[in-house]
Amino acid sequence: MTTEYRVTPGKDLETIDINVNVGPQHPATHGVFRMVLTVDGEQVVDVDPIIGYMHRGAEKLSENCDYRQAIGYQDRTDYLAQFNTELCYVLALEKLAGIEPPERANYIRVILAELNRIASHYMFMGAFGTDIGVFGTAFMYTFRDREIIQDLFEEVTGERMMYAYFRAGGVAWDVPNDFRERCREILGAVRKGIGDIDGLMTDNEVIIARCRGLGPVTPEDAINWGMTGPMLRATGLAHDLRRAEPYCIYDRFEFDIPTGTRGDVYDRYLVRLEEMRQSVRIVEQALEGMPEGPIMAEGLKRTLRLPEGEVYMRNETPRGEYGIYLISKGGDKPYRLKIRSPAFSNLSALRAMSIGSYVADTIITLGSIDIVLCEVDR
Amino acid sequence: MLGLLKAIKTTISTALRKPVTVQYPSVKKELPHRSRGLPVLLWDFDVEEPFCTGCQVCARYCPVDCMTVTMKDNPLYAEGKSKRKKIVDKFYIDYARCMRCDICVEVCNFDAIVMNNTWEGVELARYDRHDLVLDVDQLMVQSKSGELKDPFREPMGVAHSGWTPKVRSEEEKEEVAAKEESGEE
Repeated sequence: MTTEYRVTPGKDLETIDINVNVGPQHPATHGVFRMVLTVDGEQVVDVDPIIGYMHRGAEKLSENCDYRQAIGYQDRTDYLAQFNTELCYVLALEKLAGIEPPERANYIRVILAELNRIASHYMFMGAFGTDIGVFGTAFMYTFRDREIIQDLFEEVTGERMMYAYFRAGGVAWDVPNDFRERCREILGAVRKGIGDIDGLMTDNEVIIARCRGLGPVTPEDAINWGMTGPMLRATGLAHDLRRAEPYCIYDRFEFDIPTGTRGDVYDRYLVRLEEMRQSVRIVEQALEGMPEGPIMAEGLKRTLRLPEGEVYMRNETPRGEYGIYLISKGGDKPYRLKIRSPAFSNLSALRAMSIGSYVADTIITLGSIDIVLCEVDR
Repeated sequence: MLGLLKAIKTTISTALRKPVTVQYPSVKKELPHRSRGLPVLLWDFDVEEPFCTGCQVCARYCPVDCMTVTMKDNPLYAEGKSKRKKIVDKFYIDYARCMRCDICVEVCNFDAIVMNNTWEGVELARYDRHDLVLDVDQLMVQSKSGELKDPFREPMGVAHSGWTPKVRSEEEKEEVAAKEESGEE
């Protein structure tokens, strides 16, 4: 980092702060995101996050097509937790239309959403290791294991990323016959994969030295910022929508809500690692209880038409509380669709978290938020 | 120090594993049966004509408007060889626009369109983007040559609520298509 020197006649040598642009095309910003750092030497004095590069008008696009067509667009908001965002959308539709999905569909949804959470946290672990600067290794390990989950998703839905698999009233088609065995196989690999990450990173002195005490957030601040998800739980508040406001069939499963104590970057990492283990537990229980039967609610018309009214549905995606606010004026298109994005709220705390830290640490703090820019900008 | 040793242990144990990498262009993984490549049309080998009647229901339900379809009178129907009164005339799909949502396959009354589950359906590198707009003949090349052996055509969940397109007779199908055209449900 260079520092400018300015000499005023009659005065001593003084330094001034300079602005450094990070992004928008920068590998450490996890997408198209720009930060203007004001630095005093190596120390960050001010951060100005600039978003909007990935804005595609997902809300408006969803308003212009009918309810089934818009499912495809929901995948594209949070491209790491597609099943979770789809789930929120179809649950909103079902809530307003009063459709009750059959048991089997509910179980399939929960299994896929939880596996998706694991895959998303794998992505976080890999990127987090890369952010710290040493561990290209972590990235390779996590992507090796994430690929196994992706393979299952491809076998079930046919797509690797944009699944468009959930429908209002159920799921598009039934899972393959060997679904249970494949899931058990994958859970074995996931357990091994979590062990790998755990061994590689958790007790590692380098990681602890870099992350302990970095970007701490108090529970009060977290609530004021509107933080949700692992960011909030790392501060010590055990708030999880799967427990606090059970949607789908989450009230039937036993799982713990991991919490941190200090709210720093290292706690966020630990919370996510433990969440992966809890997701494995949920998937195991769901596989035990998955019944046979129909996968689509009965008596649905070919085109879904909603009654007049409005609905807010929220669920717990890997990044936090994802919400869909939908106003219907009747017909097959929503009048207004608003997406509440968890990463947007979490990102708003970036400035407060990184002021006073070093430039390299700011990158880690940003990485620990686990942003998906498509979701922030929508 | 202990943590570092633990990390090194993990690295060494992983180094002894078999590599999982596939050398993609030369070695290709087998795609799952349900793999959703880009949509293609199917060829009816019994009558030697496409299944598609050009009813435009796929074009209307497409979220990204990537299809253009027109319909004509079927010459084989006049000769008495075919049961289809109408047949597809022109059918363009812009692969650059398609988002592979599978809705066209779901809504098709005649099971005429499927998602390509071979590698051709996912490899779409072209030198000119205009080559990505395929016409009716290009869309049926794979089906005609028998390359597309076993397309995944499971009707969507609606089938479980009693809506089964496959058991309909030809007259009923055309009736449905006529209704679709006039914009009714």
